[in-house]
This record gives sequence, C-alpha cells and structure tokens, in this order.
Amino acid sequence: MADNGKSGSLWQRLFGNSARAFGVVSVLFLISLAIAPAKNHFSEWRHYQHQYLSLIRTRGEALTLQRHFQGGIQQIWLPDLSVVDRCSSCHVGLKEASLIDISRQPFRKHPVIPHTLDQYGCVICHRGQGAATTVEEAHSSTLAWEQPILQAKHIESSCGQCHLGEVAGTPQLAEGRRLIVRYGCTHCHTVKLPDGTTVKATDDPPSLAHIADKTTRQWTYAWLKNPQAYAATATMPNFQLNDDDARDISAFLIADSTPREGDALTLSEKGADAAAGASLYGESFCASCHAVQNAAGNLVGGDFGPELTRIGSKVKPEWLQAWLRNPRAYDPETAMPHYRFNDQQVATLSGFLLAKTDSDLLANVHLEPPTPEQIAHGRQLVSDYGCASCHEINGTKKPEKFAPELSRIGSKPINQLVFLPGMPHTLPDYIVGKIRDPRSFSSGLKMPQYSFTPGQIDTITTELLSLNERSHTLPTSLLIATTPESTYEPAGKAGQLMRDLACLSCHRINGHGGDMAPDLTWEGSSVQRKWLEDFLKDPNTLRPALIRRMPKFNLSDGEISELTDYIMTVYQSPDIDRDSLPLAGYPQVQVEQGRQLFYSRYGCQSCHIVDTKVDKGYVGPTLTQVGSRLTAAWIYDWLKNPQQLRPGTIEPNRKMSDEDARALTAFLMTQKGGAGTQEAKKK
Amino acid sequence: MSSRRLLAGIVSSVMLWTGCSRRAESASAPKPTAFGSALVESSGGKQITGVGMVLPQAVVVQVNDDRGNGVQGALVEFGGPKGVRFDPVNGLTDSSGQYTTNVSLGAMAGRYQIVASTMSTAGRKVELKLEEIALGYQEGLGRQLNEKYCERCHDPESTPERVSNYDNLEVKPHPFSEGDTLNKMSDADLTAIINQGGLALNRSPLMPPYGYTLSKTEIQALIAYIRAVSDPPYQTPALVYAKN
Repeated sequence: MADNGKSGSLWQRLFGNSARAFGVVSVLFLISLAIAPAKNHFSEWRHYQHQYLSLIRTRGEALTLQRHFQGGIQQIWLPDLSVVDRCSSCHVGLKEASLIDISRQPFRKHPVIPHTLDQYGCVICHRGQGAATTVEEAHSSTLAWEQPILQAKHIESSCGQCHLGEVAGTPQLAEGRRLIVRYGCTHCHTVKLPDGTTVKATDDPPSLAHIADKTTRQWTYAWLKNPQAYAATATMPNFQLNDDDARDISAFLIADSTPREGDALTLSEKGADAAAGASLYGESFCASCHAVQNAAGNLVGGDFGPELTRIGSKVKPEWLQAWLRNPRAYDPETAMPHYRFNDQQVATLSGFLLAKTDSDLLANVHLEPPTPEQIAHGRQLVSDYGCASCHEINGTKKPEKFAPELSRIGSKPINQLVFLPGMPHTLPDYIVGKIRDPRSFSSGLKMPQYSFTPGQIDTITTELLSLNERSHTLPTSLLIATTPESTYEPAGKAGQLMRDLACLSCHRINGHGGDMAPDLTWEGSSVQRKWLEDFLKDPNTLRPALIRRMPKFNLSDGEISELTDYIMTVYQSPDIDRDSLPLAGYPQVQVEQGRQLFYSRYGCQSCHIVDTKVDKGYVGPTLTQVGSRLTAAWIYDWLKNPQQLRPGTIEPNRKMSDEDARALTAFLMTQKGGAGTQEAKKK
Repeated sequence: MSSRRLLAGIVSSVMLWTGCSRRAESASAPKPTAFGSALVESSGGKQITGVGMVLPQAVVVQVNDDRGNGVQGALVEFGGPKGVRFDPVNGLTDSSGQYTTNVSLGAMAGRYQIVASTMSTAGRKVELKLEEIALGYQEGLGRQLNEKYCERCHDPESTPERVSNYDNLEVKPHPFSEGDTLNKMSDADLTAIINQGGLALNRSPLMPPYGYTLSKTEIQALIAYIRAVSDPPYQTPALVYAKN
C-alpha cells in the first residue's frame, strides 16, 4: 500500500499535470537527441584526429600540416571503381611527405608507390571495408562485412589485379606466377585471366606412352613413392602413395607402355673413359640446362632440363644412347637440341652419364611380377589421381576440370571454406594451409604434397589472391593485359634445322623463344658472315664469366651454310644498313681518338676487354675480336642507343655525339682478334 | 586433521601458482634439459626481404658451453618488435646445439631487431641481437634495379650465377652497404652520380651515366634501396624550416 502510494506519488510528481509532463518528456527527448552527437563526439576517428593535431603541433612544419588538415570524416569516392574509402579519416598523414619519421599508426605517411590515393583509394590494394568508420569494422572481418585488411606479405597480389603480365617492383607476385606455371598447377586447376587468356604451365611433363623403353618398373616405383628422393629439383609433387598403390601404378604404366622403334641403340662403351665423358659433357655445355649435384651437395648447372645426378639409376642404357643420338625420335617436342654426336661420342657420353648412379635409390625396391588385378587397380588409380592431366598415357584421356578452377579464388567467401582447428579464419591463411599440407584438410583429397618453402608458399598465395572478383569487374581500360607469346617459327629448310637444334629453347626471335641466350631477331644486321660460320662450327664464348653457353652441335658444313644464309638474309633490322659503314680502313687518327674515348671518357674497360693484357672487365662481352664479329653499322647504332636495338640491355645509353660514336666504331673495328685467331684462320 | 588439510591447501595452491606462472611466461615452451653459457649466430642475420615477408634463409643460432661446444636441449626463445613472427617462437637446441626458426618481418619498411635468448648455467638470461631489413615497394624496386644494373660491380661477392666485376676495376666502387661513405652523400649527389656518371662529379669514369637509361622514378628507387641497406643505418637529415 505504502509502495503503491510512493510510486503513485512519483508518477504524480512527474506527470501530475500537463505542464510537468511536458517538461519531463522534453528533457527525455533532449537526452535521447544528445546521444547521436555524443557518439559522434567520442568516435574513434575524432579521437585519432585530436591525437594527430597534438602530434603535429610541436613540429617545425606545424603550420603547413595544420593547413593541410581537414577535420571530420574524409572520403575518397570513385564511382567507376565502386570505391568509398573513409580510411583517411583516421589515417590523416597519408599524403604528408614530411612525416617520414613518424612510425606511429595511424599517422604514418604512405610509402612511395606508383599510384596516388586519389586515383585508386585504399581498399583496391589493401582490402578491408572502406566505408567503415571504426577500426574494428574497417580492418577485421565482422558479421556484416567479411573482408579483412590484406596482410603486408600479400600486398603485391593487388598489383596483379590489373597488371596481368610482368610489372616492375613486384618480386613476390612474379615469383608466385613463375612457380604456378613451373610446377604445373594449371594442368589440373584452370586459371583464366580477365583479359581472356588462360594461364599455361611451362613444366612440360613427359609422355608416359613409351615409358618402358626409357626406364624400369623399379625406378618408376621409387619415383612415384618420392620424386624428390631421385632429384631434389623434381617438379612432380609427392602423391603420398602407399606401397601397394605405387606397386600397382608402376605395374600399370609399364604394362600400358608401347614399344617404339628407334628407342634403343646399342653401342659399345669400350674405350670410353670417364675423363673423356666429363670433357664431352663440358664441351657440349650440357650444364647450361642440366644440373648435377657435386660432392659438396650443391647443384651445378641450369634447371631448364631435368637434374642428372642419379640418371644412371633411371634410364635404360640403350634408350639413353638412342636419346643422345637424336632426342626428337622419342619426343618430337622436346626442348633438347639434336646434337650431331657420332657413335664414339654417344658411347662416351652415355658411359659418363650411366655412371651417375645412387645405389640407395632402388636398394629397397623389390617387386614381384604384377598380377592382372594389380594392373587393373593401377589403371583405376591413374584415373583417380588424374595422372593424365599432366602426362600422356596410352588409353587414358586428359580429364576435364579435374580440380577446382582458380580464376576467382582470391575472393572466395570465408563461409565457403572449411578451416582446420587453430587456423586463423582468413582466406590467405586458408590458401597457405592448403598448399602447405593439402591432405590435412581431409584424408580423401587428391591434391599432392609439394615441397615448397614457407616463402614460396607465400608467393603462390600472393598470386592466387590476385585472381579475384574485383580483377574481373574493374573497368577493362585499367587492365594491362599479358603480352601473348608470338607464334613465330623460322621457315623452310633452315627453319626445320633450327627446330631440330631447338634454337628457340634458348634464343628469342620475333617475340618467340627462351631468354637464356641473346635475342637473334636482328642477328643478320649485327654480325659478319664469316664470324657466324666460324661460331656455328666452334662456338668459342664471348662471355667467359657465364656458365650457360652456346653448345657445339657438330654441324656439317652444309648445315652451317644453310643456317648462315638464312640468318644473314632474314634476321635484318629495317633501320640498319649493314653496308653503310666499312669494315676496315678507318684513318689512324680517328682510331686513336676512339681508343682515347674508350679508355678515358667512356671508361668502357670497366665492363669490356679489348686488350687482354690490361683490361679485365667482363660484365659485357669480350671485344678482342669485335672487328671481325660485328658490322660497323651495328656498332655505331648500338653506341648511339643500345636499348633501341635490344630493349632491356644493361649497357647504358650515353647519348654519344655522332663524332664520338664514329671514332669508337673505328677503334673497335680494328680489334680483329689476337695472333692466335689469325693463325687459326690461315689453317 | 586440520594441519593436513592446511598442508594440502598450501601444496595445491603452490602447484597452481607455479603452473599458472609458467603458463604466463610463455605459451608452450618446452622444459630445457641443459643450459649453455653463450648464444651465437650461426646464420640468418642481416638479411633483406619484403615487408611482412619471411626471410629467405632461416635464422640459426647456437647455444655454446664455456668451451665453445654446442649444447643440446637448451631452451631458445625469440622475440622482436610488433609484427615480427617466428615459426617456431621457442624450442630446444638440437644435437649440435643449434636452433632454427623462420622469421617473418612486420608490415612497415625498415630495420627490425630480433632477439634470441636462452638461460645460462648461472641462471642469467643470455641474449643475442640480430638485425634484419624489410623493404617497401620503392626500395624493392631499387633492389631489382640494383640486381640488374649495379651489383655486378658494386657487390664484391660472386655467386654461381654472377661473377663479380669488383676486383677487375682499378678504382673500386662502393658496396651499397658501405654506410660510412654513402651516408655522407646527399640524395642530390647520388642522383647526380647515377645520372651523369663518375666523370661529371670528378670521380672515376668507370662509373657510367644512367640518366638516359633509367627513369627518374627508377633512380629514386635505387637511392631508396641504397639508404635502406646501408650499414651503419642512414639517418634522414632533419628538415629545417624558416621561422616566421
């Protein structure tokens, strides 16, 4: 009763009469109205802006900074890119170059990048929620928004959204892209770029159609169990097969292989001593493409062809001899040149290679002859694991869409991912985990185990994150498309010869070919005929410091003149008349002037050698016989602007005067090679 | 009866306290089985990588006893500034006394000091400080240009792929880490020498001009790289403003 009276009286007191009620309601109303401004007043961005103002107050350039400062919520609005970024509300000093010494966030100046904030805003590169005005919402994934800020180690993925081809200053992205094609990820996973191209693998896995000609079942078994045990550099991943599965797959592959004529050659290895083999291996510059582990365990040689450390435990001797005789008989598309080895050389080289064995590799491999059930099971496994995605296998079709397409993997929603316990719930962490240990996500998965380092996994993840929805929806005017490899092929008889020698495996011509050796597009304007003939006969190197060199192919005179004719006629630059300057007969004064310029003004000896007694530089090619190698017209044009003749060459453009270029040309044309060379020529 | 209960209470609370305190010290540090007296770097210091990225080589440290022999089973823990991650962050040394960890640097370009520590036999904390460098976009671009144009002469070390030209030069170029010399040169001086070559600044003509080959942005990137890797570190000159 008393309570009732009390509450009654309180009610009475507040709303007893209309004036009082009006007053109370007004006060309540005012308070509720004040909530919004108060929230605004105590907001995070205002807090940061206050901090910023007190930070800059004491600085020397305070006035300038204060003049630049604009309070309130800041926004970069780019309707074309669907960007609404309010990040600069808190990140106030992004554009202030003088804040270089400030390391405290959110006040750091933005590091130097090729784009401006006003051009692209923030989230296109950094992800996160641009429209958010609290730190939590902007940086992290929340219930409503799930795009967190991109980790710094993957930031180059954002460059890859528009720059579909190479872009300077993005080593991580470039490495990720290289690994994806080098390790053949795209054999199973389709990757379509926004410019309509499909990413193609570069690893060229061998055909298994005739594998029994090449190797044994024992080796196949050991390889299947662990490819990296045979060669640490092998790009084939480990499928973590159990003993029975490896037994059955090896049984099937050998049983399925068809023999082919010409895959075997039996030459006596008598008289082939190891020293001769080693020197032939060296002379043929096999190491330009193939690596061998030395005693210290380091790989010596290129990674263009397979590693040969244990080749003797792999190949059948008769196959190796046939391969060395002509690799194109076994694999018409191989990148390996057809050396014209004679019988003696084939025997010597095969003897040398077959001695490279590893007794441990096959020591524990004991296989019974296979049963039909095992072979059938092997066939089933080959189809289950999608082996034919990479390898040609008789009677097994290349599976379509064997693995999920990755064209938009970089924007896969988090709610579609299954995370492992303890794994941070972000897309990059998921991708990293998936590459690091794919089978840990479920025992039934087929994706094999790669042996990438943590750094390599990060670069691959960076590339995969660049394959995202935004990349496909950005205005196409922003896309910088990939430059498609040209389909240029040399024509005619010389063209056939060049394919047989696999010139384009190393040399690039008209936008097609490798980058291991010089571009030959304008070789006909550049070199003198006589030199080219001699070089093809015996390629003495121009750059002694290089490991990778032009091999000696043992060409016949007919082949040499065929090639020389073609190169001298076809590979001509439209801008250079090779006969416009004489090859000799320059006045001595001009030659002497050129020598002075070479040594004093231009300091050419820092990179080139003309006199082996005094000069030592070997960044560029040796010039001791440049006068009998290059045409004077080429030298002159090269001196005037090296990058115009060969884009990307490191010799700096000196903007040389015509007179200087002419004098240097005159001097260089007198460098016809030492006495030794001339004697050799007389012979 | 009551004294026994009291004892049990004390014992359990002590156990609880030690258990808790150990957990507070470090998440899951294994118990060391041995202690050394010194902590030395085996490899992995002074590396360069991109921001937020893992160092190309793992960091390997070694715990030694008084005679300089490796100690197996000593606990090594790593720590560093914000953003630096270690995989793993602590563990026991192997049979040769070494402990290996992969280190990722933070998101800001600059120098990172990481600290490895172990407990000595005397119960003292022994620390080893290593410095690593993280490059941002601009310095990273500079690094690429350095690899293409500069380091053949400016880096005295050869690699299997690249024979250094340093020894062949009569006038030796300055390695870019040579802070004692390069830190004294202003950005303007460096720009001039890259642009116009040595001769223009009365230095060796063996340094060619790159002003017609590299763009302004590229030269700025190169200078940013040179500043980023110099040893001792380069200090940005303080800006001087006119008083009004």
